[in-house]
Amino acid sequence: MIGPLPQSVVPAIRMEGIDKSFGAIRANRGASVEVMPGEIHALVGENGAGKSTLMRILGGLMKPDAGRIEVNGRDVTGWSTNGAIAAGIGIVHQHFMLVPTLSVAENLVLGCEPKTRGISLDYKRAADDVRKLSNETGLVIAPDRLISDLSVGEAQRVEILKVLFRGARILVLDEPTAVLSPPEVRELWAVLRRLRDKGDTVVLITHRLDEVVEISNTITVMRAGQTVARVKTSETTPAEIARLMVGREVSLSAGKRVQPSGRRTGPQPDQGLEARNLVVVGSRGIRVIDGVTFNVKPGEIFGIAGVEGNGQTELIEALAGLRPVFAGEILVDGADITRRSVAQRHEAGVSHIPEDRQRRGLILEYTVANNLILGVQKYFSRNGIIDRDRVTENATRAITSFDIRPPNALLAARALSGGNQQKVVVAREMGRGFSVLLASQPTRGVDVGAIEFIHQQLLNARAQGKAILLVSAELNEVLALSDRIAVMYRGKFAVVMPAAEASEEVLGEYMIGTKKGTAA
Amino acid sequence: MTASSVTEGTKPTFAAAPWRERAQEALIPPLVALLVALICGDLLILSYGQSPAGVYRLLLEGTWGNAYGFGQVLYKATTLAFTGLAVSFGLRAGLFNIGGESQLAAGGFGAALVGLALPVGTPLILALLVCMIAAGLAGGVVGAVPAYLKTRFGAHEVIVTIMLNFIVLALLNWFIAGHLHVRETLHTPEIHAGVLPRLADINPRFHGSAANLALIVAVLVALAVWFYLFRARGGYELRAVGLQPQAAEYGGISVGRVWMRALTFSGVIAGMGGINYVLGYKHYYEDGFASGAGFLGIAVALVGRNHPFGVIVAAFFFATLSQGGLAIHAFVPKQMMDVLQGVVIIAVATAVPEVRRILRSARKRSDA
Amino acid sequence: MNPISFLTQMIRIAIPYLFAASGGVVAERAGIVSLTLEGFMLSGAFAAVLGTNYSGSPWVGVLCGILGGLIFSLIHAVATIRYRADQVVVGVAINLLAIGVTRFFLKLFFASSSNSPRVAGFGGNINAAGFDNPLLWLGIVVAPVMAFVIYKTPFGLRVRAVGEHPDAAESVGVSVPRVRYVAVAISGMLAALGGVYLALDQHQFTDQMTAGRGFIAISAVIFGRWDPIRAALACLLFAAAETLQIQLQGSHAIPSQFIEMIPYVLTIIALAGVVGRAVPPAALGKVED
Repeated sequence: MIGPLPQSVVPAIRMEGIDKSFGAIRANRGASVEVMPGEIHALVGENGAGKSTLMRILGGLMKPDAGRIEVNGRDVTGWSTNGAIAAGIGIVHQHFMLVPTLSVAENLVLGCEPKTRGISLDYKRAADDVRKLSNETGLVIAPDRLISDLSVGEAQRVEILKVLFRGARILVLDEPTAVLSPPEVRELWAVLRRLRDKGDTVVLITHRLDEVVEISNTITVMRAGQTVARVKTSETTPAEIARLMVGREVSLSAGKRVQPSGRRTGPQPDQGLEARNLVVVGSRGIRVIDGVTFNVKPGEIFGIAGVEGNGQTELIEALAGLRPVFAGEILVDGADITRRSVAQRHEAGVSHIPEDRQRRGLILEYTVANNLILGVQKYFSRNGIIDRDRVTENATRAITSFDIRPPNALLAARALSGGNQQKVVVAREMGRGFSVLLASQPTRGVDVGAIEFIHQQLLNARAQGKAILLVSAELNEVLALSDRIAVMYRGKFAVVMPAAEASEEVLGEYMIGTKKGTAA
Repeated sequence: MTASSVTEGTKPTFAAAPWRERAQEALIPPLVALLVALICGDLLILSYGQSPAGVYRLLLEGTWGNAYGFGQVLYKATTLAFTGLAVSFGLRAGLFNIGGESQLAAGGFGAALVGLALPVGTPLILALLVCMIAAGLAGGVVGAVPAYLKTRFGAHEVIVTIMLNFIVLALLNWFIAGHLHVRETLHTPEIHAGVLPRLADINPRFHGSAANLALIVAVLVALAVWFYLFRARGGYELRAVGLQPQAAEYGGISVGRVWMRALTFSGVIAGMGGINYVLGYKHYYEDGFASGAGFLGIAVALVGRNHPFGVIVAAFFFATLSQGGLAIHAFVPKQMMDVLQGVVIIAVATAVPEVRRILRSARKRSDA
Repeated sequence: MNPISFLTQMIRIAIPYLFAASGGVVAERAGIVSLTLEGFMLSGAFAAVLGTNYSGSPWVGVLCGILGGLIFSLIHAVATIRYRADQVVVGVAINLLAIGVTRFFLKLFFASSSNSPRVAGFGGNINAAGFDNPLLWLGIVVAPVMAFVIYKTPFGLRVRAVGEHPDAAESVGVSVPRVRYVAVAISGMLAALGGVYLALDQHQFTDQMTAGRGFIAISAVIFGRWDPIRAALACLLFAAAETLQIQLQGSHAIPSQFIEMIPYVLTIIALAGVVGRAVPPAALGKVED
C-alpha cells in the first residue's frame, strides 16, 4: 500500500518505527509517516489510532520509546520542544494552548519576546507584528483582545498565527475542525491552501473523511497505533479510506435485528426516556443544548451521532443530573426528573456509562470490588455500614460474568487495562435495576474483543426492553446498534431518522451542517 | 498484557490484596525521612561539639527509658494524635484543614467554660461527657465556617482556615484577657467538674507526668475514624470525594455535603484535643496553650500517611522528638528538635510523590 | 492624632508587608503557593543580624539576609518543583524549619533562647523618623518595580503564563520549572528583605520576631487579587489599621484584638466573593503528574 516516493526530494518529515506506550496502552507501535514539502498531508484514523501521539512526538512534547525521526533530512530523534520550534515545526493542538488571561499579542510572543533596551517587553512591536502577520495570512484578529473573550474560531486563528509567528514552515493541525462552524472551516481551508501555495507543509490530523478528500494531497491512514497505508488523495475514494481506517468492510448492521422479546406490543406511551425542549447553558453563557426534544422507547436503542463538541457531552450530563438544566423537562417512565439529584435519578431507573471512565466512571485508587458498588453503595450497606460479604460476592459475580481480567476484586482499578476498566463500569451499570441506560462512548479506547462484548451487552439490554440512549463518535457503532439515529449539530438535532434509512454519507452531511432536516 | 497472564485452568484469585506494594508506598517515605533527620541531627549535634551517639542515647533514656519521660511522651502524643487525626480526616476528603491550631484552642476553651459552669460535685462520667461534647462542638463550629464558605462560595479552605486561626485566637485572647482570667494570669479559674484522671492516679510510677486518660479517648477516636473511613458508607463516600470528586458526583454522592461533614468533623476532632490540657493536665484554659500543636498535626498526618493508626504512631514519634529535646537540653539545645521537625516534614512530603513514581514505573517495567 | 506621625508610623509598619507581599505576588502568579513568606522573613531577619553582628556593617547584614531567604526559598523550590511535593505541606514545614533553625543558631551563636545582642542598623537620626533608612525607601518602591517586572518584562509575561496555563507555556518552549525557580527565589529574597528591615530597625533579632507578618502579607496578596499595586495598597490599609490601634491605645474604644483581625476578616470576605471575587491564578498549587 505504501506508495513509491521520488528519490530526489527530501521529505519534510520522515518518522519510522515509532513506538510509544502509556502504561498498558500502546499508542504507537512501529508507526511511520512521510510528508513531502509543500503538500497538505492528511493523517487519518479512528479515535485512539495514535495520530495525536505521533504528532506530539514530532513536536518534541514526548519522547518515543523507539524509532527514528527526520525533519528535512536531519535526524532529530528525541528532540525537545525548543528544537522542534527552531526547526520550523508548529503544532496547533486540539485543546488550545493559549493563556486565557493574556492578550492575543502576549500569547503570540510568549517564549520569544521582543525587547526594548534589553529589559522590557516591546509590546508595541509585538502588536505590530501580529497585525502584519494577520494581513499576510488573512487570519485577522485584534492583538489587544484577551483570549478569554474570543470565540473558538478566533482562538484557533490565534493558535495558527502563533506557530507561524515562530517561523513554522511545517504546520501540524490536530482535529482543527472539530470545534468550527462550516464558514469557519471554509476560511481555514483557504488559509491552509494559501500556506501550501507559498511552500509550507501542512499535516492535518482528522477522522473526518469529507475533509480529507476536500483538502489533502496525500493521506496516511493509521489503525491501532500502526500505519496501514499511504495513498495519493486523487487515487482513492472515501469508501476505501474508511475501509482502511476500520480494517474491514464497514458493515452497517451487525447482528442487530433481534426483536425485543415480547415487549413490542407492550410499552406504554410514557415508558422509557423522554426529553422536552431541553436547554442547557454552558460555561460561556452559550446554549450548548438548544431546545432538544426526543424520546427513547423501551426496547429501543436511540443513537446520537455528530462531530464531537456539538453538545453530546452536555446532553448526557444533563440527563444524568451532572449538569443543571436551564429549561425543559426530562421524564423517565413518565416521572419528571428534571430537578432531581443524581442519586434520585438512579432510583428512578437511570443507569449511565460515562464517556470518561478514568475521570468519572471509576475511582482509580479504589479496588475493583469497591468500584463495582459506586452509585449503589446504599444498597450494599446496612445501617450505614458497608456489607463487605455482599460487596465481595457482587464483585465475584461481575468478574466472572463480564470476564474482567485479572480476576482480582482487590486490585486497584488503576491497574486494569482500558478495556477491563470499561467492563467494570458496564458490569456495574448493567448489574443494577434500571429502565433507562445512557451509554456515552461505551467502547472508546477499548480493545476489539471488549468492543464486541460491550456491544452484545447493549443489544441484550435492548432485548430485555431497556430504553438505551447511545452517544458515540464512531459513526459505524451508531449505525450498527441503533434503531433510530439523531445527528447533533451545534446543540440541536439536525435530523432524526430510522437507522434503516441512514448511512455514513447521509449522516455525514448532517454532521457537518451542510444539510438540515426537521427532527422527525 | 496482564490479561493473558491468567492462563486457562489456574484458579482465579478473586480477592488477593497487593499488600506488598501498598506497604512499600506507605513505609518507605517515613523511613527515608528518618534517615535524613538522623543525618541532619548528627550535623547539628556535631556543630555543638557533642557526640551524636551519646546524645541519641540520652534522648531515648529521657523519653522511653523512664516512666516520667514516657508519661510526658504519652501526654504530648495525645494532643498530636487529635490534631493529626483531624488533619488526616479532612485530607481523606481532599480538604486541607490548617485550622487545627484554633480548633484545638476553641475546644479547650469550650471544655473549660462548661467545666466552670457545672456545679461542683457533678458526677464524673456526666461531667466528662458534657465537657467533651462542648470541646468537640466548639472545634466543630470553627471547622464549619471554612466548610460552609467552601461549599457555598468555593473559598479555598487552606487560606480560610489559616485566616480563621488568627481570628479565633484573637477572639479567645480577648475573652480571656478582657473577661475571664484569674488576676495576673492569662488563664481561667480551675474547672469545677470534669477532671480527667491522670495515669499517675492509676500507676504511681507515672508520678509527675501530665499523661491522663485523654489518651484513651484519643485511641477511641482513632478507632472510630478508622471504622468510619473503611467500614461505613459515609467513609466510602468521603474517600471517593477525596480521590476523585467528579467520579463521586457521578456516583450520586453530594460533594458539598461530604465537604461540609469532613471539615466540620475535622474541627470536632481537633477541638476534642483540648481536653488533654484542660481536663487532664491544668484544669483551666490558658491563652496560647495550643501553640504549635495544630500545625504539627499536619506533620503527624503526613508521616502517618493519613491512616488513623499511622497517625497514632506518628504522634508518638513527634512527641518523642519534643520530649527528647528536653532530655538532651543540657548538652545540645532543645531547639534542635524544632529543626528536625521541619526536616522530617519536608523529607516526607518530598519522598511520598517520588517513591510513588519510582515504584509505579518499576511495576510498569516488570509488567511489560 | 497628628496626621504626619500617623503616616510615618504607618509606612514604617507597612515596609515588611510591602517586601513580603511583593514577593508573594511573584511566586503565586507563577503558580507556587506562598505560605512560606513568614519563614523567609524570619530567616532573613536572623541572617541579617548574624551578618551585621560579625561584620559590623548593616550592608553585609542585608546581603546575608537576602542569602538566608534565598536558601530557604530554594529548599521550598526544590521540594515543590523538582520533587512535586505538596506546596501547602512544605510551606508549613518551611515556616516551622525557619523557627527551628533561627532558634538553634540563636542558641549556638548568641547563647540565648530569646534574643541576639544589639547590632548596628541604618540611620538613627531622631528627626528623620526612620526615613534615613535606605531599606525603607527600597520598600516604598518595591511594589511599583515588581508591577513593572510582572506586566512589562518578558520574564513577567512568562510568570503570568506559567501560573495560569503551564502547558501552554511549555508548548512554546518556556521552561516552566525554570520560571518557577526564579519566581520562588525572588519571593524568598524580597520577603527576607522584609525581615531584614524589621530586625535592623529594632537592632536585634528576637525569637519569632516576624509574629505572623508573613501571613498578613499573604492576606494582602489575596486581598489585592494577586496584583502588586493592589497588594501594596492592601499592605498600607492593614498597616493603617495597626497604626490606628497603637495610637488609640489606652482609649479602649475598640479592643486591640478586633483591629488585629481586620486583615484576616477582609481576606476571607474577598475569598468568599462578597465584594468582587478574588480569583487565584488557575494553576496555583496544582501539581501535574
